[in-house]
Amino acid sequence: MNQSLTDQEKKILAREKASRKSNIQRRRISQNIAFTFLWLIGLAAIAILVWIIGYVFTKGLSTVNLEFLTTRPAGGFDGEGGISTTIVTTVYLVIFTLSIAAPLGIGAAIYFVEYANEAQNRSKFIQWLVRIARTGVEVLAGVPSIIFGLFGFAVFVSYMKLGFSLLSAGLSGACLVLPVIIRTTEEALLAVPESYREGSLGLGATKWQTVIGVVLPTAIPGIVTGIVLSVGRIISETAVFWVTLGGSYRLPQNLMSSGRTLALHVYMLATETRAFDKALGTSAILIMIIMILNLAINLSSKYFQKRLSGK
Amino acid sequence: MRSLQSNGKPKITAKNFNLFYGDFQALKEINVDIPEHSITSIIGPSGCGKSTFLRSINRMNELIPCVKTTGKIFLDANDIFTQDVVELRKQVGMVFQRPNPFPKSIFDNVAYGPRAHGLKNKAVLEEIVEKSLTDAALWDEVKDNLHKSGLALSGGQQQRLCIARALAVEPQVILMDEPASALDPIATLKIEELIQNLKKEYTIVIVTHNMQQAARASDHTMVFNMNPDRSGYIIEYGKTSQIFTNPHEKITEDYISGRFG
Amino acid sequence: MPRETLDSKLTQIQNEIYLLGSMVEQAILDATNTLKTRDLKEAKRIFEEDTVINEKRFALENAIIILLATQQPFARDLRLLAAMLLVVNELERMADYAKGIAKINIKIGKSDIDIPVRDFQKMAEQSVSMLHRSLSAFIEQNPNQAAAIPQEDDIVDELYTKIYHATIQYAITNPSYMDQANDILWIAHNLERFADRVTNICERTIFITTGELMEMSSNDDETDLSDF
Ligand SMILES: Nc1ncnc2c1ncn2[C@@H]1O[C@H](COP(=O)(O)OP(=O)(O)OP(=O)(O)O)[C@@H](O)[C@H]1O
Ligand SMILES: [Mg+2]
Repeated sequence: MNQSLTDQEKKILAREKASRKSNIQRRRISQNIAFTFLWLIGLAAIAILVWIIGYVFTKGLSTVNLEFLTTRPAGGFDGEGGISTTIVTTVYLVIFTLSIAAPLGIGAAIYFVEYANEAQNRSKFIQWLVRIARTGVEVLAGVPSIIFGLFGFAVFVSYMKLGFSLLSAGLSGACLVLPVIIRTTEEALLAVPESYREGSLGLGATKWQTVIGVVLPTAIPGIVTGIVLSVGRIISETAVFWVTLGGSYRLPQNLMSSGRTLALHVYMLATETRAFDKALGTSAILIMIIMILNLAINLSSKYFQKRLSGK
Repeated sequence: MRSLQSNGKPKITAKNFNLFYGDFQALKEINVDIPEHSITSIIGPSGCGKSTFLRSINRMNELIPCVKTTGKIFLDANDIFTQDVVELRKQVGMVFQRPNPFPKSIFDNVAYGPRAHGLKNKAVLEEIVEKSLTDAALWDEVKDNLHKSGLALSGGQQQRLCIARALAVEPQVILMDEPASALDPIATLKIEELIQNLKKEYTIVIVTHNMQQAARASDHTMVFNMNPDRSGYIIEYGKTSQIFTNPHEKITEDYISGRFG
Repeated sequence: MPRETLDSKLTQIQNEIYLLGSMVEQAILDATNTLKTRDLKEAKRIFEEDTVINEKRFALENAIIILLATQQPFARDLRLLAAMLLVVNELERMADYAKGIAKINIKIGKSDIDIPVRDFQKMAEQSVSMLHRSLSAFIEQNPNQAAAIPQEDDIVDELYTKIYHATIQYAITNPSYMDQANDILWIAHNLERFADRVTNICERTIFITTGELMEMSSNDDETDLSDF
């Protein structure tokens, strides 16, 4: 083939080849630079993280022992006592908040994803309502938590006269995590292939049977993830509960009791006492719980993945 | 359009049926009789409304918000649009283009329909599951693994599972939208064989892009075409043997012999 | 056009059929001609060259079957290929008649008999003309032209009847001539059957274009006794 080329053409060809080669080299170099850069950034992020966790654990874990975990805080300027009641309060609050937020959030998401479209077609008013609700969820998801706290304080604590109590805190907490649950559930439902719904409806199942029988079971992993995320959010939240739960370190007797969560306890120890070591110890416990929760998300999503794909 | 001369009594009848997606007319003046206990294939160029027509027969199109229809479709002599839609879909089952087993066990997949219709008796369910899987030519392959997930089956097995799932409801009509388009030739032939066996008890309507499949597997062939405004209509409908050896319409001829456009 | 491969292969096969037709035409004309020239060497050549036609027919049949298998034709394409399969078969059988005439010619050998050469040549020319036009009609898929040809078969039939009666008459008065009469009748019969088969080609042409299978001539088979 080359014989048919004139000298002129051969030269052009050679130049073309050469330029292509240098181009490849140049591209390789820029790729290497980019990779190195990204590596450095990644390393820095991990280093900072390890530093924080390492700091908290090394300073904090020395105060942690069985006694610390099982005795109640005794208050005072030195932050006497352990953290037993705050753990229990945290558990109470998580359960109570979720028992309000989960059904509401999942229900709302099901309505938005499975029913709203149909309903919107039937009436302009519903269409308007749905749009407002959707926007509301979007906005709430981005609102700083202290605003939820102020709202909870104004409405539940003062206006409804529920005082600083598990009830006020649970209701406010529910407002806080509702957008999280709605959005993750919505996403999980939207990820269920349309073909499952068609398959079920095509067999003569009703809409409701389809949602309960096929859609929800398939969306469970996503929904569980949303709920676990909410648990994390409740555990680590301080601002909202600072203005709704009060801060009593006694064990709550009923829904109207005031209380103190782990995170709140850390905050109070750090700001109102000299027991900085105990604040760090409690923090270590908090971080450990959060890590366990993350692990739980990972394991559960792996488990569901396996079960759903049938492998 | 020439109408079908068939001795079979019509199972499905469309009368002046039109369908709109919003302002776009997808089906125009469909008039057709589909005979009982036979296999009718629907062929035609892409986008001419074959799936739309198929999905009209069990009112699956109603899931799409902007769909409007005029005219009538009858199942036996009953207007399907005045019937309860759940009841209708019990009688008119559907198998989709892509196998879509639920992420449940094989047993639960097949038992899904009967359970949805209120059947709880375990023994009866087991009987139905076995019969449906046998009819769908899948029983021997899965009988020892009924509790394995339906998703763990091969594509061809999944599609047969979906057919079994449809059979379990004991419909009168089975609609199939390109049921073999994702399958290898062996699985395809298995499904075609299966369809042949099913026609004794069911009326089958099957959309396909595979001319050979339509020619091999169906008794009657309905050819759809598109108007210049992209609305679909039936250009020819007749015995499969006639359509594939000697179609009356030039467009049919061009389409089946691959000289379209 | 999406079916270029199929179309070009079809054209190729049609050309080959045309060629096969020419070979058959040449064979029957030559065979009839050697009746006149009594050139036995030539007759032997015609007899042997039939294998060439046979081979060509198998090659064509094979090509058609490959197209059927690989292109999966429907409708008109399917009818065309099915018709081609039949037409090459017809042509091969027609060539066998030429071979048969050459064989009889060799059998007659040097013996001194009176062959109605002029009538045989008329029969052959008429048949070849019909074959030629029927193949044109077949290739061009012209049903009108094809429909007009079978009636010309009457000319060949009349010549056949004429030869038949004359030969029988002569054999009755000269019983020693019986053997030769038999040979002459066989030649006449071969030419007559040759023309009959043209009708089959015309039927296929109409089948391709209309999809109808119909009989075009009432006296084209051996059970026809009207002449006896
Ligand atoms: N949900 C929808 N909304 C709006 N238009 C639609 C919708 N579904 C289909 N259409 C339109 O309706 C027409 C017919 O579509 P349909 O899916 O019935 O075609 P088809 O014959 O099944 O095509 P294919 O052979 O590609 O599956 C197309 O023009 C398509 O764009
Ligand atoms: Mg389709």
